[in-house]
Amino acid sequence: MAFYVFAVIAVVASVLVIAQRNPIYSVLLLIASFGALSGLYVLLEAPFVAVIQIIVYAGAIMVLFLFVVMLLNAPHEETDYDERIHAYEAERGAGVPAERVRGAGAPGVNKVPMRFGGFLAAALAVELVWVLTKGGESGAFPSGAISSVKTIGQLLFTDYAFAFEVTSVLILVAMVGAVVLARRES
Amino acid sequence: MVSLNHYLVLSAILFAIGTAGVFVRRNLITILLSIEIMLNAVNLTFVAFGRALGAADGQIIVFFVMTVAAAEAAVGLAIVIALFRHRESLNPDSWTALKW
Repeated sequence: MAFYVFAVIAVVASVLVIAQRNPIYSVLLLIASFGALSGLYVLLEAPFVAVIQIIVYAGAIMVLFLFVVMLLNAPHEETDYDERIHAYEAERGAGVPAERVRGAGAPGVNKVPMRFGGFLAAALAVELVWVLTKGGESGAFPSGAISSVKTIGQLLFTDYAFAFEVTSVLILVAMVGAVVLARRES
Repeated sequence: MVSLNHYLVLSAILFAIGTAGVFVRRNLITILLSIEIMLNAVNLTFVAFGRALGAADGQIIVFFVMTVAAAEAAVGLAIVIALFRHRESLNPDSWTALKW
């Protein structure tokens, strides 16, 4: 039961993220989606992942996004373009045939790539569901999962020690890259 | 009874939503957010499979994915800031100089 509650929250929040025209609302809705995913991780008996989902993802990465959105102070998509996109989305949501949507477009808009992209995404969803459920009816999860923080820490510093060290180099490179890229040209 | 397939289907739906966001949106920030949705869908798959197989490896991969996501967000947002300074716009169609 809790699975369906969290799943619905995650899907609805994610859909709203890409339906918003204001990036600030998108970021806040994505945080809600991450909260629901965190609940799903708890249901999967992965409390460590659930906690770092909240602390690292919602707490650090999303705050970085929010910071940039507010720093740039350009909250809306460009108005002219935006109106056309939203007219298109509203009509598509109402189940209007594609011909009418095409006719309703303002001049100079190339909506074909976007419609094609939406179609590709729908096709991808169907394919993924088909492939992932092809393994037949999976039964209930085995009881007594080994997912304590102790187990994870031991694996992380033994079997995955090399990947762990490479991760630190990656973060260093990302930090230097971010500083260099965002530096103001003097 | 909630089984592995439920989680896999949910993950597929979330991934497709993220893909649709990348294609449909015309805002660099929202495109980056859509990439985060996709990464989280993959994370959910890893954790669900790890639970089904009774192994903790899936959660460790999630740890690495989150690290890469953090690095990607830092660099991506730095690029967005640099681009915004250049053209005062977040519309990716503003930068088509490399497009033939």
